[in-house]
Amino acid sequence: MAGIAEKVASLSNDEILRYSRHLIMPEVGMDGQLKLKQARVLCIGAGGLGSPLALYLAAAGVGTLGIVDFDVVDFTNLQRQIIHGTRDVGRKKLDSAADALHEINPNIDVRKFETRLSSANAVELFREFDIIVDGTDNFPTRYLVNDACVLSGKPNVYGSIFRFEGQASVFAMKEGPCYRCLYPEPPPPGLVPSCAEGGVLGILPGLVGVIQATETIKLILGTGEPLVGRLLLVDALSMHFRELKLRKNPDCPICGAHPTVTELIDYNQFCGIRGEEAPGHTTMADMTVEELKKRLERGDDLFVLDVREPHEYQICNISGYLIPLNDLPRRVSELDSSREIVVHCKTGGRSAKAADFLRQSGFSKVHNLAGGINAWAERVDPKVPKY
Amino acid sequence: MKILVPTPLRQYAGKRSAIDVQAATVGEALQSLVSAYPDLRKHLYNEQGKLRAFVNLYLNDEDIRYLQQDQTAVSDGDTLSIIPSIAGGRWLS
Repeated sequence: MAGIAEKVASLSNDEILRYSRHLIMPEVGMDGQLKLKQARVLCIGAGGLGSPLALYLAAAGVGTLGIVDFDVVDFTNLQRQIIHGTRDVGRKKLDSAADALHEINPNIDVRKFETRLSSANAVELFREFDIIVDGTDNFPTRYLVNDACVLSGKPNVYGSIFRFEGQASVFAMKEGPCYRCLYPEPPPPGLVPSCAEGGVLGILPGLVGVIQATETIKLILGTGEPLVGRLLLVDALSMHFRELKLRKNPDCPICGAHPTVTELIDYNQFCGIRGEEAPGHTTMADMTVEELKKRLERGDDLFVLDVREPHEYQICNISGYLIPLNDLPRRVSELDSSREIVVHCKTGGRSAKAADFLRQSGFSKVHNLAGGINAWAERVDPKVPKY
Repeated sequence: MKILVPTPLRQYAGKRSAIDVQAATVGEALQSLVSAYPDLRKHLYNEQGKLRAFVNLYLNDEDIRYLQQDQTAVSDGDTLSIIPSIAGGRWLS
């Protein structure tokens, strides 16, 4: 009986009241609630997936919640990153998230790591936690999280989203497959569909993040059937949940019988990314928005070509001629190669591809508008909305 | 049989999410898919004509790597799913 008395003593009366709906459920109970309190979970990212995930883990009473993030809240985050509010715009996501978590549950310890997760710090960081939850949005970090989890023997609660579709699984458990068993290699950057194909339905990271939170709680409690060896696919548009079988790949380069990856590597290089491929870098063939304004005002004969999608044109436009990037090859005959052409998109990435394509097709007077229509909105015409 | 096309690849498949094909094997099904939608080819296969490592194919709920790969027999009621890796809000950041 002394053991039970000790356990009861480690939850305060306030906590017992707070967790009452857990405590009266045999699957959690006092034992489970104490496991939650003792658990240390590290969330990579306080964005779309990290928001609902961290909020629910805090509410459930996970005692130590680490968050790795180095970003600042901006207006475009608020459509889905519900841990942050309008008044948090401009604040560090870490600070904003920690405030929200403590507001929900002041009993938990929120540990903030303002850093970019890297090969240099991942294993050391993971050492202080029991479970790692991957809420990142890029391939290099996904492979890094996976490899660091396998090497340090910590479960990787995985979630990923694209537009209306999500994936979730639990990787890097001894008995199950890891992310590399599923995808040995990342897609090369050259095959990246245009940024118009990006975007995400705001509630989708909610759905997937809550699935990750559920799996995390189950791992802590040691109850139910974890998503180990299964890939859950969520299609919010058709509202279909499907499940695929995942197998541990005996030849997996990191968790297989004869691993070739035995320490963390350079993941940007692994994913074929050379340095910062930030949109908007200026080259000789680029034109600045200021220059375009000046030349249009002067009455120069410029043909403005907009290579965004029609639904983006509806958001805002500068009266450019619309041919979406993917349609350009088959509609190139609509353009007059004797005229000077200024190509633009949202931020300059797609229009750079379009300009390259036009030059290869024999157009000699082609400029890419650096920074796209967002730069125009920011620096030339504030009446045009940024998006 | 039915081939399910994931969101990122629908732009190369006439914006369709499911495509019906007649085929006896997984390989035939894919051939008939890329003949109908040639733009899909480079997203599914590399220059050597091998299936790309970041694209997984599932016949119903099983990975074809653990069946007979391209040679896996298929029948009318089967569903072949193309499951590419996705990273987050962006296809690749």
